[in-house]
Amino acid sequence: MTAYVIPLIFLTVLIASFFKKKDAYGMFVEGSKGAIELMVSVFPYLLTVMMAVEVFRVSGVSAAVANFISPVMRCIGIPAELTELMLLRPLSGAGSMAILDNVYTLYGADTYIGRCASVIYGSSETIFYIAAIYMSRVEFKRLRYAIPVALIATFIGCIVGCLLLRVT
Amino acid sequence: MSKIWLIILASGLGTLLFTDPGAAVTAMTNGSAQAVSLAINLVGVYGLWLGLFGILERLGAADRIAKLLHPLIRFLFKGIDAQTEKYITMNMSANLLGLGNASTPMGIGAVTRMSEGRKTASQNMIMLVVISATSLQLLPSTVIGMRATHGSTAPADFLIASTVATVLSTVVGIALVKLCGRLFPDDKAEARASAGVGKRRRKRVAPALLRSARSRKP
Repeated sequence: MTAYVIPLIFLTVLIASFFKKKDAYGMFVEGSKGAIELMVSVFPYLLTVMMAVEVFRVSGVSAAVANFISPVMRCIGIPAELTELMLLRPLSGAGSMAILDNVYTLYGADTYIGRCASVIYGSSETIFYIAAIYMSRVEFKRLRYAIPVALIATFIGCIVGCLLLRVT
Repeated sequence: MSKIWLIILASGLGTLLFTDPGAAVTAMTNGSAQAVSLAINLVGVYGLWLGLFGILERLGAADRIAKLLHPLIRFLFKGIDAQTEKYITMNMSANLLGLGNASTPMGIGAVTRMSEGRKTASQNMIMLVVISATSLQLLPSTVIGMRATHGSTAPADFLIASTVATVLSTVVGIALVKLCGRLFPDDKAEARASAGVGKRRRKRVAPALLRSARSRKP
């Protein structure tokens, strides 16, 4: 279904600009001009975050931290095997996807663990990455309570989602 | 952010020093190289959506969508100008469609505009970051695709739980921002920043880390 949404949006816009006698080509060029300039300010943050996360993952520290806090996770109903996924999900999209793939291979996609992993990955976002990128053009960098709030909210969502999987 | 970055990188490097020093350079290089390839992809994605936004804006469609979402945005954000509201509208619509990367340029635009003349993040800025970071993902197509390749019999059977989780996280996020806005008012943080009081330790770490990232700017 969603496959239709984006082409339809573009088509609608093109038809509308035709009837309004506006130059869609020129306006598109004008708009897309900003892309490289935007990336110039975003890129340093992209690199800084991704480099550190890769070291964190490869060094095994993320697995060790996950090991350490997994008993707590089990208490609140999230399988201990998924702690590393929860830990890396807010940090890195690619890194957590590798772990999700690994979970499917190890435990199977249709098991409780596999379905929980799907909920955790599917319902959350790379919070740190978003925060860093959104602030990339702002003079100051501190976002006060934004990151804790986003983490707590996502965490609560995941707990409830995993609980629901037990019922359904 | 700066502190977390420091902890993540230092703990990783410290561990690798004892276990596998050679892997440290490889990991750092790989991470940076990943950032470059992602950046190149993203320039294309940004260009595409900024192009579409260019047309939408000139057609006046952005204004119309903004008017449609106006009550919601008025509830979430207090006292923003029309251009910022347009950015936020486009950011939220793209997020709802599951186009995280398409929403980024608009999100940056809105946050940057809202930051003008300020020294600390306002509740509005935090609200937008939290809404994006807990964004409603109504169809996690990546996960469904991955489960299908791993031989799942019903690749989409987690959707109810996942939808509840994503809606709940956004609602909780919005409520918490509203609550924190009461507990830690903007003007107090702003006053403290201008007076230069506050936690000195923090202040010293953050600019040192960020200076290198910012120095490239003209």
